[in-house]
Amino acid sequence: MKIAVCIKRVPDSETRVKIAPDGKSLDEAGVKFVLNPYDEFAVEEALRRKEQAGAGEVVIVCLGPAAAQETIRSALAMGADRGVLLQTDKIPADGLEVAKALAAELNDGEWDLILFGKMAIDDYNHQVGPMVAELLGLPCVTAVARLDLAAGTGTAEREIEGGIEVVEFPLPAVLTTEKGLNEPRYPALKGIMAAKKKPLATKPVALSTGGIEVLALLPPAERKEGRIVGEGPDAVPELVRLLREDAKVL
Amino acid sequence: MTAVLAVLEQRDGALRKVSHEVVTGARRLADGLGGAVEALILGTGPVRGTDQLAKYGADKVVTATGAAFGSYAPEGFARAVAEHAKAGEYLVVLFAASATGKDLAPRVAARLRVALAMDVTDVAVEGGAVTATRPVYAGKALLRVKLGGAPAILALRPSVFTPVERPRPGAAATVALDVPEGGGRVVVKQVKAAAAGAVDVAEAPIVISGGRGLKEPVNFKLLEELARAFGGSAAVGASRAVVDAGWRPHADQVGQTGKTVSPTLYIAVGISGAIQHLAGMRTSKVIVAINKDKDAPIFKICDYGIVGDLFEIVPKLTDEIKKLHG
Repeated sequence: MKIAVCIKRVPDSETRVKIAPDGKSLDEAGVKFVLNPYDEFAVEEALRRKEQAGAGEVVIVCLGPAAAQETIRSALAMGADRGVLLQTDKIPADGLEVAKALAAELNDGEWDLILFGKMAIDDYNHQVGPMVAELLGLPCVTAVARLDLAAGTGTAEREIEGGIEVVEFPLPAVLTTEKGLNEPRYPALKGIMAAKKKPLATKPVALSTGGIEVLALLPPAERKEGRIVGEGPDAVPELVRLLREDAKVL
Repeated sequence: MTAVLAVLEQRDGALRKVSHEVVTGARRLADGLGGAVEALILGTGPVRGTDQLAKYGADKVVTATGAAFGSYAPEGFARAVAEHAKAGEYLVVLFAASATGKDLAPRVAARLRVALAMDVTDVAVEGGAVTATRPVYAGKALLRVKLGGAPAILALRPSVFTPVERPRPGAAATVALDVPEGGGRVVVKQVKAAAAGAVDVAEAPIVISGGRGLKEPVNFKLLEELARAFGGSAAVGASRAVVDAGWRPHADQVGQTGKTVSPTLYIAVGISGAIQHLAGMRTSKVIVAINKDKDAPIFKICDYGIVGDLFEIVPKLTDEIKKLHG
C-alpha cells in the first residue's frame, strides 16, 4: 500500500480570532497551530491500511509555510514514513490553486490511495480533495465515515441528509475522511523521537491567486446579549409567548 | 441572457426543499446581473415539484434525464453539470452546500477550472462582480470574497437563504435534455435511510440539541418528544461531548467538528456552550438556552434563556408546544 496523505496546518480550534491590521487575514500572533483535526483521521486511516497490508509507505504532503514542517513532524510522529512540504508563505483563498499544486506533486506517484481530511477547520473550503481527484482523473469519495478495502476495490459509507450512502469504487482512489472513521492515535514518545530523523523534503512552490479575491475578514454579526426569561418550568409559558409574539418563530 | 444556472437536487423523484433556497439565491444574483435564472435538475424522468420553481424566480427549468440519474452518482452528475454549464456560458453556477452539493460543486469547478466559494451565507453583485460572504474559522469570522471565475461557482449553506416567492410572468419553460450515459467508476450501491421521518440537523428549521446536562443517553427521549411536538419540522442535535461519549451519532453533532446549522429556532438543552459548539450554531436566527448554571457561556449568546432543571423545563415546554399545534 502506497498512500499519500495531504494535510494542513491550521489554528487550534480554541483560537480566539483576531483580525490582522490588513483587515483581510488572521492575526497570527500568539496563535497555536495544529494538524487539521479532519486530517488526523486521514493519517490514522493510512497507517492502519499500511499496517494491515504489512508493507508500503505513508507519505505526508503539506502545502504551507516553513512552520508547517512542525505539522508534518506531528504526522510522522504518528507513524508516517516521510514528508514533503510544498513551501509557500501565502496559501491562496482559491482552493483550486491549492489543488493544482498538490496534483502536480502527486501526479505519477503510483499511489494506491490519496487521503485528505474532508475539510480544513480554518478556511472551511471543503473542496481540495475532490478537486485533486478531478485534476488527476482519479475516482473520489468524499466525507468517508466507514471504509472497507479489498483487492483493488473499496466500499465506503458517507453521511447524507437523513441517511447513509454506500459507495463502491476502484483503487487507486482519492478519499476524504469524516470524523468517526477511526480514533486517531496519540504519538508515543518513541514516535516523536523517530519523527525527528525521518526524511522531510522541502520544495518551494509559487501559487497564483486564482479566481478568489479576499475583500475582507470580518467579525461575525454580534448577537445582542440575551435575556433570562426566568427560572424553572414556570418560565416556560412566557418563553413560548416571546417566541410567538416577539421573535415570531412559532 | 441567462445569467445564473441553479443546480437543484431531487430524491426519489421529488425536488428537495433546499432547491427553493438555491433558486432564491439565484434570483437575487440574476437581478443584480440583469439576466434570467435557469434551474437544472437531473433525474430519470420528470421531477415532482419543478412546476413550483417559477414561483421562486426561475425563468426556465431544464430536466436532464438519464437512466443513471435516479440517485446521486458523483462522476456522471459532475460530467453532465459541467458540460451543461460550459455550453450555457453562464455568469454564475449555484449549488446547495448540502451533502451532495459539497461533493458535486468541487468536481464541477475543477472540470471547468474555475474557483468555488463553498458554504456561502450571503451573495451580492457589486460593480458587476459577484461577491460572497462565508463563515470561516468555524463561524468565528466572516470572509468576504470577490469571484473572478467565468462562471463564478458558489454553494449556498442550507437554511440560510429563506425561500422568497418572486413569481415570474408565465410558467417557466420546461426543457427535457437527454444526457448520454457514461459509466462512472464511483457507484452508489445503496442509500440506507435514517429512522423514518428524521430531519437532518443541517436542514431542519428547528434544532433541539442536548449536551452533558442530559446525564444519560436515554434522556434524549425528552428532546425527541419535544421535536415531535413541533410536528416533524424539528431535528435533535448533540454537543461534541455526548457524541464523543457515544451517546449520539456523529451525524447529529453540532459544532466545529460537526455540522454548522442555521435554523430558525435553536434550542440548546444542558449545553454549557464551549466555543466549538457556539461556532456551529451562532448563525441560528433565534437561540433558546436551558441550563441549570446561570453562568454558562451559552446564556451570553442566546436570545432567551431559562435557568433551571431541564428535566422539569423540557416536558413543560413540550406540553406548551403541543397546545400550540393542538
